[in-house]
Amino acid sequence: MLNTSELLERLNKDFDGSLALTEDSQAVSVNKVEIIKLLQLLKEKHGFEMLLDITSAEYNDRLEVVYHLMNLENAGVLRVKTGLSKQSPSVASSIPVWKAADVMEREIFDLMGIVFEGHGNLKRILCPEDFEGHPLRKDFKPDIIERF
Amino acid sequence: MEERGSGMEINKYQAEDSVNNNIIMTTVDKMLDFCRSNSLWPVTFGLACCAIEMMAAGGARYDLSRFGFEVFRPSPRQADLMIVAGTVTDKMAPLVKRLYDQMPEPKYVIAMGSCAISGGAFVDSYSVLRGVDKIIPVDVFIPGCPPRPEALIDGFLKLRDKLRGQKAQEVKKDA
Amino acid sequence: MSMNNDSFETQEFKLNLGPQHPSTHGVYQAVLTINGEYVSEAENVIGYLHRGIEKMCESRTYTKIIPYTSRLDYLASMLNNHGYVGAVEKLMGVEVPERAEYIRVIMCELQRIASHLVMVASMALDFNAFTAWMYAFADRERILDLFEMACGSRLTVSYMRIGGLSRDLPEEFMPALKKLLKELPGRIKDFDNLVSGNEIFTGRSKNICPIDAKKAIDYGFTGPNLRASGVQFDLRKASPYSIYDRFDFEIPVLHNGDCFDRYYIRMLEMYQSLRILEQAVESIPEGPVMAKVPKVIKPPKGEIYHQIEGSKGLLGYYIISDGSTKPSRVHIHGPSFVNIGVIPEIARGITIQDFVSLLASLDIVLGEIDR
Repeated sequence: MLNTSELLERLNKDFDGSLALTEDSQAVSVNKVEIIKLLQLLKEKHGFEMLLDITSAEYNDRLEVVYHLMNLENAGVLRVKTGLSKQSPSVASSIPVWKAADVMEREIFDLMGIVFEGHGNLKRILCPEDFEGHPLRKDFKPDIIERF
Repeated sequence: MEERGSGMEINKYQAEDSVNNNIIMTTVDKMLDFCRSNSLWPVTFGLACCAIEMMAAGGARYDLSRFGFEVFRPSPRQADLMIVAGTVTDKMAPLVKRLYDQMPEPKYVIAMGSCAISGGAFVDSYSVLRGVDKIIPVDVFIPGCPPRPEALIDGFLKLRDKLRGQKAQEVKKDA
Repeated sequence: MSMNNDSFETQEFKLNLGPQHPSTHGVYQAVLTINGEYVSEAENVIGYLHRGIEKMCESRTYTKIIPYTSRLDYLASMLNNHGYVGAVEKLMGVEVPERAEYIRVIMCELQRIASHLVMVASMALDFNAFTAWMYAFADRERILDLFEMACGSRLTVSYMRIGGLSRDLPEEFMPALKKLLKELPGRIKDFDNLVSGNEIFTGRSKNICPIDAKKAIDYGFTGPNLRASGVQFDLRKASPYSIYDRFDFEIPVLHNGDCFDRYYIRMLEMYQSLRILEQAVESIPEGPVMAKVPKVIKPPKGEIYHQIEGSKGLLGYYIISDGSTKPSRVHIHGPSFVNIGVIPEIARGITIQDFVSLLASLDIVLGEIDR
């Protein structure tokens, strides 16, 4: 099992203590401007070679992008979170770090409406091209008039 | 007719009986329908989980080829039956319609599985078409999630009965 | 006709492979830009089976989500169920009884063999080896018979529940399983002998689209595709979940990373799964199959990411619970969704027939990609 507080101490050396653990002390929470720097550091220096998953969640006051990274030596999984505001949420794309982020970021854009800057091909991937709205938002109301 | 020869009884209606027993009178249409019903060629159109049961029906245990239905054609222009097996989503629906239009007449459609009949377990989703009969006319509905291969074969036989002009809903007396 | 090639103008052409196509293994579309026979660009178009499962999970109770997870990767529903109930049990802190764990492992390994049989059969069918497809599907039917005996359904089983199983195995299950375990290795060996050395099969799959270890890790590959590229990583050994640490089995690894390796690793994994099954059948205990869980499942507030070694890679479930009977967010990480990300890069410069080999060897299932 991963010791997140010990990892956090080592990480904070490069980040001047600006990182913190989340409330349940299972994930590392970071400001959105430093996310790419953190992911790069985790990949190169701390052994988290593989990006498992990027996903998103909606809370009452914010949206969150959640990254899951895995260390192939000991199969440890680390969760990294960054909070975004609900009006025009956007964050830098992590394709330069892992190519696996390409399809995952398109899915988050499609279903949750978060824009990934620098992606290069950010269009809908699961819903039809002319679909309106972002389905996973809590305030999404499907069109009452059926399409067919 | 009078008696002839060595005690051979000749029936008054013998000519009529011979005709009834040895000659079939039908129309060319009915004969073609009979031939067609024994050799329907489906187009390979599996969408989701029901497609796997359709493939298993074509396998060695639930053999479809004993009915003549195992020739799945990849191109809709060479097929006369479309089995919609699986969930039809809003993104896929125009393509289903286009494939249906590309099939030559006479063509038949089987809706396999509850998703194709009415949306199934995904009926309250934002992206699922609630039943494929909203866009194309369906001949036989096969319920199930997924229906067993035997259920698919039963659906095929109902379609075959429909082609031969028999009512598919007639309750057989010895059942 | 003039044979002067200097004035022969060519033009690139956009070809649609799918979504209705016998070789795309589901409703997947690839828009290929081809130059003669060679693909110069490939673009994935998916979403034709997007049913909105993640959104629907937010309006269902935890137990009602189990049938939806069966329909994600519809060739491996036991494994999907196992991942989901494992995630909720971890969130709630429920301990599953011994017998239920053994039965879960038996079902998961049987399902892994069935799923790999479909992959090797479909790959052989794409190369027009119809007999091989028939053989593999006949063996798969015998495994589905066992599933039907246990829970009534062949394909989309919803056998597992939060805290255990929905019901215990019937009496005739174990003798039938023992009989199958005697006969199945021979049948898989027959298939192996028929297909793996066949000249057409190897000609169409050896040295086609090799993916090396670094690229595989960069693209997030897991499961058999990663192991075929030389990285020996299997979650059942690296971080054992359930009771996988009690069984003795090996992790096969191959090093070329081409289409043939991705096929052959699945044959090797089937033999290892048979080993696990034999050990599980010998040491299964008696006992209850369901733990004491409350009737209304209300996990405490929190979130969890739980992953299992599925038949196509690491299947992960991310569940956020807000303390009520319905989850606030369920995210399913399907390995096939990540696997298709490699296609635009790898497919440059190969022929159209090699594209079909590539797609068959990656083993994609659209239910998992589109959810």
